[in-house]
Order: sequence, then structure tokens, then C-alpha cells
Amino acid sequence: MELRSRVPDGPIEEKWDSHRFDMKLVNPANKRKYTVIVVGSGLAGGAGAATLAELGYNVKCFCFQDSPRRAHSIAAQGGINAAKNYQNDGDSVQRLFYDTVKGGDFRSREANVYRLAQISVNIIDQCVAQGVPFAREYGGLLANRSFGGAQVSRTFYARGQTGQQLLLGAYQALERQIGKGMVTMYPRTEMLDVVVIDGVARGIVTRNLITGAIESHAADAVVLGTGGYGNVFYLSTNAKGSNATAIWRAYKRGAAFANPCFTQIHPTCIPKSGDYQSKLTLMSESLRNDGRVWVPLAKGDKRKPDTIPEAERDYYLERMYPSYGNLAPRDIASRAAKRVCDEGRGVGPTGLGVYLDFAAAIARVGEDAIRERYGNLFVMYQRITDENPYRVPMRIYPAVHYTMGGLWVDYNLMSTIPGLHVLGEANFSDHGANRLGASALMQGLADGYFIISNTIADYLAAKKLSAVDTTHAAFKEAESRVSEMTKKLLATKGSRTVDSFHRELGNIMWEYCGMARNEAGLKTALEKIPKLREEFWREVNVPGSADTLNQALEKAGRVADFFELAELMCRDALERKESCGGHFREEYQTADGEALRDDEHYAYVSAWEYAGDKATPVLNKEPLEFEYVHLAQRSYK
Amino acid sequence: MNLTLRVWRQAGPKAPGKMVEYKATEISPEASFLEMMDVVNDELTLKGEEPIAFDHDCREGICGSCSMMIDGHAHGPNQGTATCQLHMRSFEDGATIFVEPWRVRAFPVVKDLCVDRSAFDRIIAAGGFITAATGGAQDANNVLVPKVASDLAMDSAACIGCGACAAACPNGSASLFTAAKITHLAQLPQGQPERYRRVVEMVAQHDAEGFGGCTLHGECQLACPKEISIDTISRMNRDYMVAAAMSQEEKVGGGTG
Ligand SMILES: Cc1cc2nc3c(=O)[nH]c(=O)nc-3n(C[C@H](O)[C@H](O)[C@H](O)COP(=O)(O)OP(=O)(O)OC[C@H]3O[C@@H](n4cnc5c(N)ncnc54)[C@H](O)[C@@H]3O)c2cc1C
Ligand code: FES
Repeated sequence: MELRSRVPDGPIEEKWDSHRFDMKLVNPANKRKYTVIVVGSGLAGGAGAATLAELGYNVKCFCFQDSPRRAHSIAAQGGINAAKNYQNDGDSVQRLFYDTVKGGDFRSREANVYRLAQISVNIIDQCVAQGVPFAREYGGLLANRSFGGAQVSRTFYARGQTGQQLLLGAYQALERQIGKGMVTMYPRTEMLDVVVIDGVARGIVTRNLITGAIESHAADAVVLGTGGYGNVFYLSTNAKGSNATAIWRAYKRGAAFANPCFTQIHPTCIPKSGDYQSKLTLMSESLRNDGRVWVPLAKGDKRKPDTIPEAERDYYLERMYPSYGNLAPRDIASRAAKRVCDEGRGVGPTGLGVYLDFAAAIARVGEDAIRERYGNLFVMYQRITDENPYRVPMRIYPAVHYTMGGLWVDYNLMSTIPGLHVLGEANFSDHGANRLGASALMQGLADGYFIISNTIADYLAAKKLSAVDTTHAAFKEAESRVSEMTKKLLATKGSRTVDSFHRELGNIMWEYCGMARNEAGLKTALEKIPKLREEFWREVNVPGSADTLNQALEKAGRVADFFELAELMCRDALERKESCGGHFREEYQTADGEALRDDEHYAYVSAWEYAGDKATPVLNKEPLEFEYVHLAQRSYK
Repeated sequence: MNLTLRVWRQAGPKAPGKMVEYKATEISPEASFLEMMDVVNDELTLKGEEPIAFDHDCREGICGSCSMMIDGHAHGPNQGTATCQLHMRSFEDGATIFVEPWRVRAFPVVKDLCVDRSAFDRIIAAGGFITAATGGAQDANNVLVPKVASDLAMDSAACIGCGACAAACPNGSASLFTAAKITHLAQLPQGQPERYRRVVEMVAQHDAEGFGGCTLHGECQLACPKEISIDTISRMNRDYMVAAAMSQEEKVGGGTG
């Protein structure tokens, strides 16, 4: 497989501009002759679908929720970055670019990241024009807060509901196009296959989640904005429905999967409390603006937090990373939390927790100011734990949150299947081995509002596509593949529920491919996962039938894909014999326990190519070059 | 905890429905209501029965998917709390709990506890937006927005579109939902050009969907998991009256021109 990144020539500041000039255009009258399928209505898919329709393309948009407004982006809390430098604190496109490349531990493509930083400023303008109620100062200007991995305040926010407000902006733009008849919306519809004809993506096969009907949709191009795959771990901060099915099935049709093992474990989540637990809840990173992280100095100190004197507390992030303190990047803060808990200094009933304490901030600015900044997060915390974080420190622990890996895409966001484009968390593009806080919303909207709208024209105008419709044999083959799988899942009627398998898979992944990984563990996982997968196909019990709303069936299909993806993640983690960002291989660390990269051998993107169900996937490599940000060990000390 | 559930079961939109009794045993008081439902569903599955269908996704009170009438209250007994944020510690051990779908004419039942809320999407499509095609925006700080206006906009923009307001309303009105969006956009300078057109179009769509009229019972604001105030409805009504007056002026103006 050839990986052509299609990064334009020229100085990095000019690449995107000159590329836009060089790309072909589709004239306005011709746009309506093209049909574009957009799978996903989150920030990436929703913004993409709305913008493509505004330009005049004929768009079909799909999501599995009952409304496009419920895409998982709705849950993002803390904020969105942009290099506006409204605070006059030294920010610039150059600095956002630098922070993101460094934050990603030098495993992302420089040209993409630079473009992202450039576009970030347009995103804020666009969102404000749509009526997104970002936080403001008394003078009426936009307010900012700080996020991890940066020393400037460049994060725009709408209380603790930034994702909700940004998504509603995109959703409203999308509904406007639906109202005008430019977008046909298919809610409660799940994409189960991509159809490739003559080597290019020409459509998808879906299941109507209410009637169970398997249907085909033909198009001139397909865009996936289907989100991340953190739910491989069962417990994560993702919504219950978030899944890998769309990208996984595309992978099996020839789209390379990049850096599958790059997973982000977020340092501040509410700790797990029991086996019945169905998900973990994030407490936004923005809380680290005002909250101080600590554990008792002494092992096994079970005193109540307010009775532990200052001198017997260890504010370990401030101690270990004095220049970034509580705002150290996520991978680093998570590993530090794991370390202090492994030392026996963790707090709470399970010992897997650290304090996030607001007492100092409340004393400094008052309870009302804290309520105004984080009110809804505090309420959320109280609902779940029955504790009042204005009085007692929050207890937090790291949890799976985001996946930097995803389908490989070129500079135009096209996968290795021509005509199949991938946006947002579903692609691998901009975050390297660790994503900085408030950068996923930025990337999703950059991809959706500003990039795909330009690059898709270049694809459509350059390609002579033959006319195809859904009677084509390739659609029939995909439909029957999908129906067969459904039948098989329903016919098994074994002794275990889908969730019981998913939980067990999650435990294996957390244990062996989670915050710390090593060769022996990964090899164990690679033995356990196929065994469990076999058992799944023998023993799973999916009740009900195929021709109605059947949530167990939906889950079963997703978990079947998670099994296969989990294996690829472990394989990728095993192959990458270095530590970088969220990928921490215990064998490769510095004397003080920081990630030790090996740029000589691993400065590349791993792009895995499917080779058949029985064969080992093929590893392709896209070398990464760093011309503008010099390779250095990441330091936040 | 051990509980008795009486749950609405309905196989499909046209099928008849009925309440069916289930036992939920050894439930942790720390479990959420939906986690309790998961436990019941796992047991049903292993007994060879069909699990109870219910909508959910984020399980943290923001996506608006979950939608259960619990003991006659939309989202259950606690204020400002979506079903997914409700924990079993809010119930007495041994209690009998009634669980039903939203009962609103404009939200037909899809299956068991799932309803079709696409009417809300159509209300937004009718005018719940600011026309601002991608690319043409000026610098975000060029237009100042007073903090009070932006805070008020945010209070109403917090709506999660779950439908509890309509489910709680004796008239089956979705005025709170509609008014929340109208208020959000009407507070902002960017929302002014379409302000009066928006209110007319959205209200017309609300009525066309078969939602009832508002007679200010106030049940909606008590049920709203985001505690959106009924004041938004007064604001909507005021804008609607202004819009009506304006449209007469426009017609008069048009006639003489
Ligand atoms: C709790 C939480 C808080 C976060 N906070 C922040 C933050 O403050 N700042 C930040 O920058 N990032 C944050 N993130 C990350 C960020 O929210 C996500 O990375 C981003 O929203 C993903 O957007 P997306 O459009 O790529 O995917 P999603 O929003 O996940 O959308 C996926 C879409 O695809 C559809 N879909 C998926 N599979 C299929 C299929 N097979 N068929 C049909 N449709 C399908 C879904 O229905 C949905 O519409 C947070 C994440 C979480 C979990
Ligand atoms: S499941 Fe998202 S609000 Fe309840």
C-alpha cells in the first residue's frame, strides 16, 4: 500500500493557502449533481454536512441517535482552543502549532497541525456568528481560560457545556439545510459497511434501527465523522453508543488504520464505584485551572482530607512539574496519579483516587466565582457521588477518554480508499500520541467547516466517476454480508450477554493496553482476546429479532468489531518499542519515569492494512519529518 | 436494594401496550437508574425474554436521550436531574416504581420506553438558527455582547431537547422547548435580523406538530432537567405579539408601495 500524504510544497505558513489555490473547484451549478454521504452528525460530521449543503452539494447525513443533536460531541465540557491572542499573553498560530506538536510528543504531521492552528481563529468567528453563547467578560469581549500543556489562555468556553453549544450551532446550521431540502437526514440509522466499486468509495449499507431494514445508499463520495473508539475499554468517558463500527468496516474494505494504540487516558474522572458501573464520568480538565491535585504524603493515610495538615499533603503535580503544575498535559498527569496510587497513597474506598481540591480557590475568589465557572460540573459530581465538592475535595482517577488513532488520512482528509474521507476523532490526523485539552473540538470543526468543504471539490472535479446505483453487485454483496452477520448473532442464543463479554474485553485492555504497557502483557492480551472472541461467537446471547428496534443486536455488532480492533491495538502497541505520549511502554522510560521516545526508529505513523480475517495485518509506515519544531524530549518541568 | 418495577411494554408503534411487573434484586444504592435497568435487562436476556428498550447515550445528563416517566414524574422525583443522573439512593428499599414512556401526542411510542421526538428537530429546522453560512464571519470580538445577555442566552441554550417539558405538561405543550431556543437567539445581537420571523415560524411548526397550547401550568419548568425558567415562555409570547404587529405593518407598507 502506498501512503501519499499529499502535503503541499512550500513554506508551512503558505501550504494551505497555496493548496486551496491549486485545488480544482466544482462550479456552483454542478455541485447539486453530486451526492455526498456524511456518516455522523457530531462536530465533524454535522459541521461538514451543513457546510457541504450550503455550498450546494446534495447531502445525505446519518446518525444512530434519534436526533443529530445527540451526537457524542454534545458531552464535551471544558472548551475549544484558538490562537486568537485576545489575552495579549503571547499566543500566536505559531505557538498553538508548537504546543500541539510538542503535546503530541512528535508523532503528528507538521503541515496538518499548522493548518489546524491557522483555521482555529476562523472557527471562533464562525461559531459566534451562529449564536454560540461563549463566556464573556463584563465589557462584552470573549473570555478565555487555560488548559493543560499550554502557558497561555486560549481556550474559549460556554460554562462547562462547550461541546453542547458548539454542537447545537452545527446542528442548527444542519437543520436549516434539512429544512431547505439540501440535506436528507437519516437518524436512528447505522452504517454497517462501505461499498467500494472500481477502487473508489461509492456508498454505504445501513440498518434502519427501528424497522431493521438493510438499505443501500449510493453517492459520489463518502465522508465518515463517526467519532472515537475509546469504548473498546468498556468503561470510558464516551457515550454508551460510541463505537468503531464505521471505521472498522472501512478498514476491512481497504482503509489503513493509523496508530491504533494511541489512546488518551484522562487524569480527572470520577473513580469507578462498582461492577454494575456502565460508564465513567469526566470532570473537565478546566477544573485544574482552580483545583489543586494532591494525595497524603504518608502511605495508607485514611484520615478525612480536611484533617490532613498542609505539611502532610503532597501536591505532586506542582512538586514534579513546577512550571506547568496542575496543568501538566494529560498523559503526564495520568501517569503521575497512577504512580502515587501504586505507591499506596491513593484515596477513597478503593485507593484508586486522588484529591482535586478547590478550597484554596474558594478562599481566593469566593464560592460564587467558582460556581459561575464550573457550576454544572460540580452539580454533576454531586449527583453521582452524593458529596459536595464545595466542601470536600473531589476524588478523581484517570479513565479512557479519547483515541488519537483512527483511519489514516492524507492532507485532504482522504483515506487510502479514494473517495472515502474521514473527519474528527475518527481520523488520526492532528494529535500525534497525545491530544491537548480543548483541541478535539477545534479539530472536528476545522475538518467539518473548513477543510472537507474545500478538499472534496478537488476529488470530485478531478475524478471521472461512472454512474452507479444500488442495484450494483457490490451493494448486493455488502448487504448480504451485513445480513449474514446479523443472522449469525441472533442465531447463537448462548449463555452470556453482550455486556458481559464487553466488560471482560475492557478489563483485558485496561490491564494490558492501558496506562502502562509492556511486552509480556501485550503478548498475554494477544492470546486472551482471540480466545474471548471465539467464545463470544459461540456463547453470546442476543435476544429478539432483526426486524425491530433491537438494542442488544446493535451492541453485539459493535462489540464484535471491538474484539478485532482490540487485537490490532495490542499488536500496534507491541510493535512500537518506545514510549511516546499516551503510549507508555514500561521498558522505555527515563531515569525519572518519563516517556522515552526513540526518534531514530519510530518517528513514523503506523498505518495498518487489513489482509484478511486469518492473516496478520500489514504494517505500512509514513515517516514523519520535523522541519519547524525541533525534536526534543518533552519537558514540563 | 430490592425493588418491584412496573414497566410499560409495547412491541411497536401500532402494537397495544401494557404495564408488566419485574423484580430488580440486589441493586446497589450507588447505581444509577439506568444501571438498575441494565441489571434487569441482563436477567431478562438470560431468561430468554426481550429486554426493555429505552433511549440513552451520554449517561451524564447532556445528550437528552434518556426519557422516562418515573412514578408519574418526567425524569423521576429529583429536580434538575435527567433520568440517567438519578441514583437508586433516591428510592426506598422495597419500593414499587412505575416506569413509562413520555406520553405526548406529538411523540409517538417507537417501542417500550422509546418515543419519536423528531418533531423537535422540525421545530428547529423551521427557524431555530441564525443564518450564517460558513466562511463569512467577521472577527468574533467585533460585536460586543453584554455579559448579562450572554448569560441569559446560555441559561436557555442549556436545553437538552429531551422532551420532559412536553411530557410533564397537562396540555402536551412543547412551549418551554420552543421558547428556550427563541430566548437564546433573541438575547444575542447576531440573532436580531431573524428574530421575529423565527418566532412566527417556530411557533407555527410547534402547533403543526400537534403539541398543545401553553396555559402556564408551570409543570414544565419543574420537570426540566436543566431548570429552564418559564420566563422564557413570556419572552416568546412577547416576541410573538411584536411579530404579529410587525407583519401587519409590513403588509400595510407593501400595499401602499
Ligand atoms: C466527556 C467528554 C468531554 C470532552 N471534552 C472536550 C473538551 O472540552 N474539549 C475538546 O476539545 N474535546 C473534548 N472531548 C473530545 C471531543 O468531544 C470529541 O473528540 C469530539 O466531540 C468528537 O467529535 P466527532 O464529530 O469526531 O464525533 P462524535 O461527536 O462522537 O460523533 C459521531 C457521530 O457519528 C455517528 N455514528 C457513529 N457510528 C455510526 C455508524 N456506524 N452509523 C451511523 N452513524 C454513526 C454518531 O451517531 C454521531 O452522530 C471530550 C470528550 C468527552 C468524552
Ligand atoms: S443519557 Fe444523555 S441525558 Fe440522559
